[in-house]
Amino acid sequence: MSQPIIISASPHVHSDRTSKKVMYDVVIALIPAFLVSLYVFGFSAFIVTAVAVVSCLLFEYVIQKYLMKTPTTIGDGSALLTGILLAFNLPAGLPIWMIIVGSLVAIGIAKLSFGGLGFNIFNPALVGRVFLLVSFPVQMTMWPTAVENNTTLADAVTGATPLGMIKEGLMFGDTMTSISANVDFPSYTNMFLGLSGGSIGEMSALALLLGGIYLLVRKVITWHIPITILATMAVMTGIFWVIDPESYASPLIHILSGGALLGAFFMATDMVTSPMTKKGMIIFAIGIAVITVVIRLFGAYPEGVSFGIIIMNAFVPLINTYFKPRRFGSKIKAKIV
Amino acid sequence: MLKTFPKGGIHPPENKITSTKEIKRMTVPKVVNVPIAQHIGIPAEIVVDKKDKVEKGQVIAKSGGFVSSNIHAPVAGTVTKLDLVIDTSGYKKQCIVIRTDAKDPSNFEEVDFPLKTDIELEPAAILQQITDCGIVGLGGATFPSQVKLNVREGTKLDYLIINGVECEPYLTADHRLMLEKAQEIVVGIKILMKALNLKKAVIGIENNKKDAISLFKSIIKKEDGIQVAALQVKYPQGGEKQLVRAILGREVPKNGLPLDVGVIVHNVGTIFAIYEAIQYNKPLIERVVTVTGKKLENPSNFWVKIGTPIKDLIAEVGGLPEGTRKLVNGGPMMGKAIKNTDVPVTKGTSGILVISEEEASRGKAENCIRCGECVYVCPMGLEPHLLMNLSEKGFYEKASQEDIMTCIECGSCSYVCPSHRPLLDYIRFGKNIVKKLETTKN
Repeated sequence: MSQPIIISASPHVHSDRTSKKVMYDVVIALIPAFLVSLYVFGFSAFIVTAVAVVSCLLFEYVIQKYLMKTPTTIGDGSALLTGILLAFNLPAGLPIWMIIVGSLVAIGIAKLSFGGLGFNIFNPALVGRVFLLVSFPVQMTMWPTAVENNTTLADAVTGATPLGMIKEGLMFGDTMTSISANVDFPSYTNMFLGLSGGSIGEMSALALLLGGIYLLVRKVITWHIPITILATMAVMTGIFWVIDPESYASPLIHILSGGALLGAFFMATDMVTSPMTKKGMIIFAIGIAVITVVIRLFGAYPEGVSFGIIIMNAFVPLINTYFKPRRFGSKIKAKIV
Repeated sequence: MLKTFPKGGIHPPENKITSTKEIKRMTVPKVVNVPIAQHIGIPAEIVVDKKDKVEKGQVIAKSGGFVSSNIHAPVAGTVTKLDLVIDTSGYKKQCIVIRTDAKDPSNFEEVDFPLKTDIELEPAAILQQITDCGIVGLGGATFPSQVKLNVREGTKLDYLIINGVECEPYLTADHRLMLEKAQEIVVGIKILMKALNLKKAVIGIENNKKDAISLFKSIIKKEDGIQVAALQVKYPQGGEKQLVRAILGREVPKNGLPLDVGVIVHNVGTIFAIYEAIQYNKPLIERVVTVTGKKLENPSNFWVKIGTPIKDLIAEVGGLPEGTRKLVNGGPMMGKAIKNTDVPVTKGTSGILVISEEEASRGKAENCIRCGECVYVCPMGLEPHLLMNLSEKGFYEKASQEDIMTCIECGSCSYVCPSHRPLLDYIRFGKNIVKKLETTKN
């Protein structure tokens, strides 16, 4: 016999699923949204994404090698994914140095200072985004408007996101009818396809749904988090809309615009920072939706998905402790005939 | 709709490459090593001495207590040694070594008894005969059968479940036995129904054995109270608790037994052994073993005498192929890896699996990404990632509170973990310590 016989404990076979494959599946699922952003924002979307990805990988490598002195894990796809997701939550045309700062916060503070992959409490990409949003509110809300066949950044016109227009309009006493009559306010079709203002990755509902379906089919995620978030948002905003359609936007606008779909399918479902049981996932998702809607309808910011997710991330350990799977054979009714 | 258990489970590649291979009789080995501890419980007590001549089927070690079992001579021959020999556990265990008498005709007559359907023995005599013949659970747990059948008076009992699930990948011993000895197994079921005064029995078979399902369905048409349940293919459906839940919808309470919900479960192999013991007074001296592996020349199913060295089995299928990295006694999910091919086949050996390099290697363990897969696949509703952490860090009391002791060690968690974490290894470790702590406490 050429090689010795191994002795190890059962099971002796393993599935071929790996963490790396899971990460790359998410990357693949993000491709449609990336293509839409390239079409809408042109080269600037590519620049933002490339800078975020390269700096996330680089920071992970440098920090692990020189500060933590641990083997580097940049090959596992996780830092790559953080980079893409961070870029997707930024406006096209954001100054490059800000993207680098955001990447440092995401990888260095939100991920590695907690112990690296699997130990972070908050979604690293969202921590990066929220850090930039509160530090540079002006640049972070300069949205290049979607211009068809726009190829260079110089041509981009800045404008507001649909949610921003609504928030601003309502503050100045406008009604929903007059806000949506504005020529800049996108139609439902344009919101669905991605021809409205917003962050790089949140443009097209269609592209995000495609990616989301891919993740569901590949069993990377389950329906519990995304569907519960979207359904809860629809119900909550629907109630307000039915009561007063002039002061509150319709549920469809809330779902199609802003980060609702990106957040529901790609950010909230991050395995590390979401609960591990289905029951827990539903509680977590309801929490995200409620916080998001409260911020959108009554808060100072037009958008609240990232805050909703980050706040609920903090509750995940608690949710995991209280919503456990039912142990086999516990609390059962005797059923002997 | 096929029945199954609702929570957890996995579906690893089935690889039942020997399912069409008829069970052949193994050549009688020249020497057999018969361990005295082949069952769960107290080892049997040796009643023969060195140089004694023994007859085939003679008791050579007597049951050592309530949870114990008789052991019989698998061959006629001479006791050459009473010695410590490495068995499938990897430890040296007391064995009775018998050299086969090449001239004794009983060693070479290959009996396939004709079907005998009349059950003459009365319940008490049936139970005594099962005890005398050293019948133990042949599904792998090797629990002495008479203990399982010793139902305290007043216990409500209404179902006998026959476990023909064989959910372990690769193994086909039960499948072949069901196809080749279906009539006998049905008689065996009726023997147990008579012994326990039961009116209802269900044979549970997974749907990847459609031939066995239809065969039993056609046989039981004439029988009262016996049913066949076709089950969805899902591991670990052969686990008693999962099987009872799948077939009857009854959930065995935590730390309880199927008996607590009025059910007794027996493996088909055990039922056949009981049939032969009752109808033909044959002790448990041989069993069906699947010898399999993707690279083997001629993987097959065999009738094997207890005590046959595993190397004889491997030689029979064409020898160890190049690049063999692991030998497993049992199936790939719950079997034990063995190193030494001199170890003997025992009552609990359902298969010998030869695994090559590609299949044997485990991925390098990485950080837990908290995906929750282990939680979803756990059929007992446990949180393997948590139990591993608690065991690793030494929080045994907390692990005990998190029901670590109810783990059935099916390995589904380790199978699915995308970070290749040694979940079950640490859970076993934790269980051992919790068990020790609990015994010292009492």
